[in-house]
Amino acid sequence: MNSIVANAKKLNSSPAKSNKVDRSAFPILDVKNLEVTYFTDAGRAVALDDVSFSLKAGEKLGIVGESGSGKSTLALAMMRMIKSPGRIESGKVIVGGDDLIELSPEEMRQARLQKISYIPQGAMNSLNPVIRIGAQMVDAVRAHMPDESKSEVYDRCINSLRSVDLPASVFKMHPHELSGGMKQRVCIAIGILLQPQVIIADEPTSALDVVTQRQVMETIDKVQKQINAAVILIGHDMGLMAQFVDKVAVMYAGRLVEVCTVREMFTDPKHPYSKALINCLPNLKNKGVFQGIPGLAPSLLRLPGGCAFNPRCESVMDICKTQRPEVATLDGGRVVTCHKFTGEA
Amino acid sequence: MTISTAPHKPQKTGWLFPFLRYLGRNKSLGIGLVILLILVAFTLFGQFFVDPKDAYPLSVPSKRPPSWEYPFGTDFYGRDLMAAMVVGMWQTAFIGVVAGGIGTFIGVVLGFVSAYFGGWVDASIRTVCQILTPIPVMLIQVVVAGSLDKRSVTIFTMALIVVMLAWMGPTLVIRSQVLTMKERQFVSVAKLSGVSDMGIIFKEILPNLLPFVAAAFVGQIFLAVFAAFYLAVLGLGPLREPLLGNIIWLAQSQGAFFNGWWWWPIIPSLGMILILGSLALINMGLDELSNPRIRRSE
Amino acid sequence: MISLILRRLGFLMLIIWSASTIIFFIPRLSSVNPVRERFAELSRLTGYAPDDLEKIVQSFNKQFGLDLPLWQQYIDYLGNVITLDFGYSLNRYPTTVVELIAQSLPWTIGLILFATILSFIIGNLLGAVAAWPRAPRWLRNTALPFVLLMGVPPVLVGVLLLFFVGFQLKFLPLGGAYSIGLLPEMSWSFALDLLRHQILPALSLVLGSIGGWVLTMRGMGITIQGEDYVNFAEHKGLSGHRIFFDYYLRNAMLPQVTAFGLALGTVVTSAIIVEGLFALPGVGTVLINAIRANDFPVIYGIVLFITISIAVIMTLLEFLYPLLDPRINNE
Repeated sequence: MNSIVANAKKLNSSPAKSNKVDRSAFPILDVKNLEVTYFTDAGRAVALDDVSFSLKAGEKLGIVGESGSGKSTLALAMMRMIKSPGRIESGKVIVGGDDLIELSPEEMRQARLQKISYIPQGAMNSLNPVIRIGAQMVDAVRAHMPDESKSEVYDRCINSLRSVDLPASVFKMHPHELSGGMKQRVCIAIGILLQPQVIIADEPTSALDVVTQRQVMETIDKVQKQINAAVILIGHDMGLMAQFVDKVAVMYAGRLVEVCTVREMFTDPKHPYSKALINCLPNLKNKGVFQGIPGLAPSLLRLPGGCAFNPRCESVMDICKTQRPEVATLDGGRVVTCHKFTGEA
Repeated sequence: MTISTAPHKPQKTGWLFPFLRYLGRNKSLGIGLVILLILVAFTLFGQFFVDPKDAYPLSVPSKRPPSWEYPFGTDFYGRDLMAAMVVGMWQTAFIGVVAGGIGTFIGVVLGFVSAYFGGWVDASIRTVCQILTPIPVMLIQVVVAGSLDKRSVTIFTMALIVVMLAWMGPTLVIRSQVLTMKERQFVSVAKLSGVSDMGIIFKEILPNLLPFVAAAFVGQIFLAVFAAFYLAVLGLGPLREPLLGNIIWLAQSQGAFFNGWWWWPIIPSLGMILILGSLALINMGLDELSNPRIRRSE
Repeated sequence: MISLILRRLGFLMLIIWSASTIIFFIPRLSSVNPVRERFAELSRLTGYAPDDLEKIVQSFNKQFGLDLPLWQQYIDYLGNVITLDFGYSLNRYPTTVVELIAQSLPWTIGLILFATILSFIIGNLLGAVAAWPRAPRWLRNTALPFVLLMGVPPVLVGVLLLFFVGFQLKFLPLGGAYSIGLLPEMSWSFALDLLRHQILPALSLVLGSIGGWVLTMRGMGITIQGEDYVNFAEHKGLSGHRIFFDYYLRNAMLPQVTAFGLALGTVVTSAIIVEGLFALPGVGTVLINAIRANDFPVIYGIVLFITISIAVIMTLLEFLYPLLDPRINNE
């Protein structure tokens, strides 16, 4: 167990196997063909279908999609926190060279917070109401570094609080004494306690007011730069996200339908669904006219045949109704899953 | 009559089978109902096989262990315990249903009044409930039962004693349910469309409350049987009657175990365990029915 | 904070006053005169019927103040309640009710403390485990037999234990505080004998009351395990037992403490009846003997004493609650 700790520490200080030269060239996170299914009374639902993407250190990826498209499932699958009746069927989540899916439960426990950390969706209730903030931070550190001295642990917690712009006095407070934005910051502080290589923030700003949303996003941005972690931001607010991420991934019915840079997404979205999403955003040209996407997000239990988006698609073709589109990589490394582009690849 | 039964029949099976299948899943409700049905059958059909007079002292030879003639044995005072069980369970059921019924009725009325009219009515009913709740009801019942002339205590007075301080539970439950129901859409719609207070209570709220009233009723029966049993075990029951608690109290007074008459306390104890056990199981099953959270973990 | 304490204390006074008033008026609504009842009983037992029974009753009424106007009796009575003076036992005059309670109380407190704490701990742990999805299946099912016992009053568990363990196996004594013929003394053999007599009563109380805690705790546990902070604790990489005790059990226990206060009445009633069954020299047996002998002051005194004690303990628990749940302090 200690070797794991040591190993993780080593990885933190010298990542990517001493290949110091181009640390940013190698992906620090590599998700390959991840598949998650849920078994319900009504049948088997594929919540994540063949999801692959990779991120370099310091990169920020935003994942957008409608409710139920599998965003949160992706986050939970990467943390290996899928609870029964769900199951990770196949795939790899490689963080700094180790495949998390292959780890033993105890190794996975160690990896959480040390290699990959998660900032929860409902920060309002994510802190134990009866324990002081400090104690909740300390037990997180202790769970991974039982040998660290008391003062070292304390310093680590205070530094972490400082870096999310919270005063040290928060350490001694109870969650109910903090505002919503402060609680979310505490969660971020806990997430970066052990300087993980990957941070997943699952809708970190939902249930916060607009001003606080921005402050929290800026905080995430700041701490991410400090520890040079790869960040995955999950959300449905395209506008807010566009200001903070480098890349955007669009999810639909458990699949990544498009992954590209923010600029590409806003100037030239390829997938019809991405196009529709961008058109939903108000801009100067279509001021006052709100455009939605016709139809409803499909139930995972009754996906339409072929491409799951075909009933709502503007440019639907015959092949879309019968054949599942494969992932196509276009010039410049952007990825689209649509029959319109399979030929171009 | 014959005409109407024909189209009804498929409907009846359509209702019965899902119900039985549900009981298969909700095991505590199923098992509880089965035990209760067996007990009801025992005390109903038992009336034809035993002479109810044998349940009273000096009817049969005393202190006989269980045998073919007296399957449950006879006690020190010359009761046939078989007959005593038949009569005693019947009386227990009577106390339970009467006290449970009155308690639930008071609770429903007070809960309704309290929640529906609010204001000082609500405040005073709630305060009384809050004051009475911490007072150990059974001990107050001991005082009441102890103050009565023991010769005049009957099964019916037992039921009244039991119900006297046992209506607070249903009152609070019904009150909170009516409060949440008042906020629901359909009540506001009815109010806006000019339905009278009484109309809203009887047409809109009451039907939706029935599951909670049913649960409260079973709960009250359980509490009433429990309380009546405790009073009887303390020697405060109608001493001549073969109530199960009375028999245990008498057996204990005569040192039944020391003298080797083990069947005397054991038979009524087992009977009481079956009664209270089945009621508790039904209660749990109803909870499961109305609380989806508990169901979720199954 | 001060006003909160004062409000709680005021409410405690209100409960005590209500209970005392109920206990004062109920017997006086009844046609039974305790003194006459007592002498009628004596004459039945001895076969001696004094001609001047009414005279004796009247003189006793005078001595106990029963001839005064009702309001004056009530005022005197409330004064007595405040000073914990419950009068004299009719049966064992001139022993006072308070003396009787004081003699028997240690037995009852010992039994209740031991049985209640044990069943509270075991029941809550079993209930918490039963609702914990990560616990092994056999462990989760351990709670089941206790839940089945839930509807069974402890006194019936006691009868069954008496039959199987005491009567059939002759393992443990059938009743009493210590073996007949032994004299209370400070010796190991006597202590052992004393303990052997306590096992069955305590066991009946524990077995009979675990199920209730299991069931409420399981319901609470199902709610708590879905809370965000339990999930986040796992995301933090905490060990399983850490999450179980600090994040899950700790929070699920909070309502149980309140429930504990509310259950005290039932617990004490059960304990009293179990004491009677096993003929332990506790408050329960004193009460049952008093009921048997129509010793009314003792009945009322004990009931009032228990009611007051329970109300006081509940108030203390409420003061304790903010220590367990920091959110309460702020309101």
